[in-house]
Amino acid sequence: MIIDPVTLIVALITVATPVLLAAIGELVVEKSGVLNLGVEGMMIMGAVCGFIAAHESGSPTLAFVAGMAGGAALSVIFAVLTQLLMANQVASGLALTLFGLGLAALLGVGYPGQPIPDVAKPLPEAIREIEVIGPILFSHDLVTYLAIALVVAVWLVLTRTRAGLILRAVGESHDAAHALGYKVVRIRFLAILFGGACAGLGGAFLSVIRVENWVEGMTAGAGWIALALVVFASWKPWRVLLGAWLFGGIAALQLRLQAAEVGVPVALLDASPYLVTIVVLVVISSDRRRASMNAPAALGRIFHASS
Amino acid sequence: MTALLEIEGLTKAYPGVVANDDVSFAIQPGEVHALLGENGAGKSTLVKMIYGLVKPDRGAMRLNGAAYAPAEPRAARGAGVAMVFQHFSLFEALSVAENVALGMETPPKPRDLARQIREVSETYGLPLDPDRMVGDLSAGERQRVEIIRCLLQDPKLLIMDEPTSVLTPQEVEILFHTLRKLSAEGTAILYISHKLEEIRALCDAATILRLGKKVGECTPREVTAAHMAELMVGKSLSAPARDASKPGEVLLHVAGLSVTPASPFGTPLREVALEVRAGEVLGIGGVAGNGQDELLAALSGETLVAPGAITLKGAPVGALGPNARRALGLLCAPEERLGHAAAPDMSLTENAVLTARIRKGLDRSGFVDWGKAKGFAEEIIARFDVRTPGPGVAARALSGGNLQKYVIGREILQAPTVLVVNQPTWGVDASAAAAIRQALLDLAQGGAAVIVISQDLDELLEISDRFCALNEGRLSAPRPARGLTMEQIGLMLGGAHDMHEVVA
Repeated sequence: MIIDPVTLIVALITVATPVLLAAIGELVVEKSGVLNLGVEGMMIMGAVCGFIAAHESGSPTLAFVAGMAGGAALSVIFAVLTQLLMANQVASGLALTLFGLGLAALLGVGYPGQPIPDVAKPLPEAIREIEVIGPILFSHDLVTYLAIALVVAVWLVLTRTRAGLILRAVGESHDAAHALGYKVVRIRFLAILFGGACAGLGGAFLSVIRVENWVEGMTAGAGWIALALVVFASWKPWRVLLGAWLFGGIAALQLRLQAAEVGVPVALLDASPYLVTIVVLVVISSDRRRASMNAPAALGRIFHASS
Repeated sequence: MTALLEIEGLTKAYPGVVANDDVSFAIQPGEVHALLGENGAGKSTLVKMIYGLVKPDRGAMRLNGAAYAPAEPRAARGAGVAMVFQHFSLFEALSVAENVALGMETPPKPRDLARQIREVSETYGLPLDPDRMVGDLSAGERQRVEIIRCLLQDPKLLIMDEPTSVLTPQEVEILFHTLRKLSAEGTAILYISHKLEEIRALCDAATILRLGKKVGECTPREVTAAHMAELMVGKSLSAPARDASKPGEVLLHVAGLSVTPASPFGTPLREVALEVRAGEVLGIGGVAGNGQDELLAALSGETLVAPGAITLKGAPVGALGPNARRALGLLCAPEERLGHAAAPDMSLTENAVLTARIRKGLDRSGFVDWGKAKGFAEEIIARFDVRTPGPGVAARALSGGNLQKYVIGREILQAPTVLVVNQPTWGVDASAAAAIRQALLDLAQGGAAVIVISQDLDELLEISDRFCALNEGRLSAPRPARGLTMEQIGLMLGGAHDMHEVVA
């Protein structure tokens, strides 16, 4: 069986969308100096909230809003713990993932297999059916285009605007930012909320569009991949996009290789996106000087406004 | 003439300590006003209240006759008050222009800002490239970023918190030139320092704080430094003393020591060579960031080098780790007290075990002898007058001076053959600093070799037998410390790092 490159590219963009959304959100969070390891938990909350809203209301728009709200709501817990109560970010983030997975399973009882409305494609059929470029460029869902627009927006805001400069400054040295009179806690709180909403939207895309079903634990590590992507991208938005597509490409390819019954164990093919992620991470971080140049210097450190 | 800033009865209390107790004074327009006091006297809290970072419990301030109570630094900046911080409030991974923009209320477009930065830096003789990354700048250049950031806002009052502690003598001269020019233009300057000679050279008036209270004011030009010191400390200080002695055999020999730094903003060491003899104190001066940390790491064994690059009594130790070097008698006390010299959340006893385990035999077959360790910690506390309730207290709870006495005492009481200390009295009050210097001299007197790395040139001239300068990772040839002038030292330190005065 021959693998069709056009369908592969279409598939990889779709597979990459949830991870891309979660990763671009986490990038903003980390740029503000906060390490939120709860991406997986926020994604699955977005997935379950989005699916429930889609089933109950029949409106895809409401479903995506609910997904964002679910992810953001969970991130509020993290923000309160780490920004107001000064809890350790690593421990809080891990706890958030476990809590999110459990809460989502509870909320989703009875929903697996329930019908949800189809989501209409935003562009007219005529354009979508153009040879090659139609499927690749114009056949996607609105959220996919939104995700790419978000990458551009985050890049513009971070590099071109004063708000982005302040966000980077807070992530670089919260003490210096505080001394200059910037509200470190408020800025980080908002960044965490943004990250939560992005992860939630990614989760909702997964359950409402890609799988069109709710399955317990359906994010299956996508949140962790998103976290790895941020490091892989050395905190640069465009590289997040590239990394997400690379990951999506490998994930899509391995499915097709399995279907083509290539003589490689299925388990190995299943694991390949994760293996590639690890290899790329090791290669990237082997240049210690460059890696630490790009990392926000205050990443993961707790800010006490003592003075 | 009405005062620019009047302060009346400012009081600020923190749990357990009154940082400022009913402090009043006034600053005239165009005046350079010194705020003097030891560490913990309440200088920083006072200026933080003026800059809106801390709210006073009681008291009032008036700026140009109008009530002034800034709720946040933004309000203070809006009112014309700017501040240059002691620990720079800069962002290393951002460019000079971005750093300046962050300190402004309404920054202009990037291109205009770059032009303004160039203009101001030329006017005041502080050359600076707006596009450079702050992480790549020297300490003196970083300070220029802070000053220019303040000047772009046209301040009426400029607060400077210990601005000269990181500068070479020449850079200090140029800074003073800039400050005098500003003052002549009508900008008042509130100048915080405990360097008395500088204050006598620069300031028109001085307010002296001790333990949060105002204890006096004076006109610095008309009184002696000793008089101001007595007001500050509340008693007279004696200079460290030692008997003249002949240096003995070479104990530590370093040759061709080159090290690449571990961090992106570190300084590489280039072909460093030195030797110290028994009974001798070698002073290594230099502005921070010229390789001091790297040199200490190479000497302590945190960074491993070629075996022959460092020899202790003729034995190569370059490839040995810290514990092996300690066992042979090469001990070190790094600059950063919390986190490097001591583990902040561990007790003093535990901290004693961390470096003294081998030489004091504080463990037996893998088990720590806590009784013996506690005894050793108590001995340090008693011998070095460390003010603390007991050896069970966490290192973090001690004041800077007390912890420094403990850290230095811990190494000295292990009877080192060679002791290397980095910034032994940084941020330590005058009486504790005098005690530490005396202890280092006594150690050398007893036949050990001592290397003191410091930015405090007065300190180095006071206690060193020989002096050399570390500049961009290169160590100059040593010269006898006696008779060296500040100007000669400045040249050894590499001059003014491309600072130049403007032709007026």
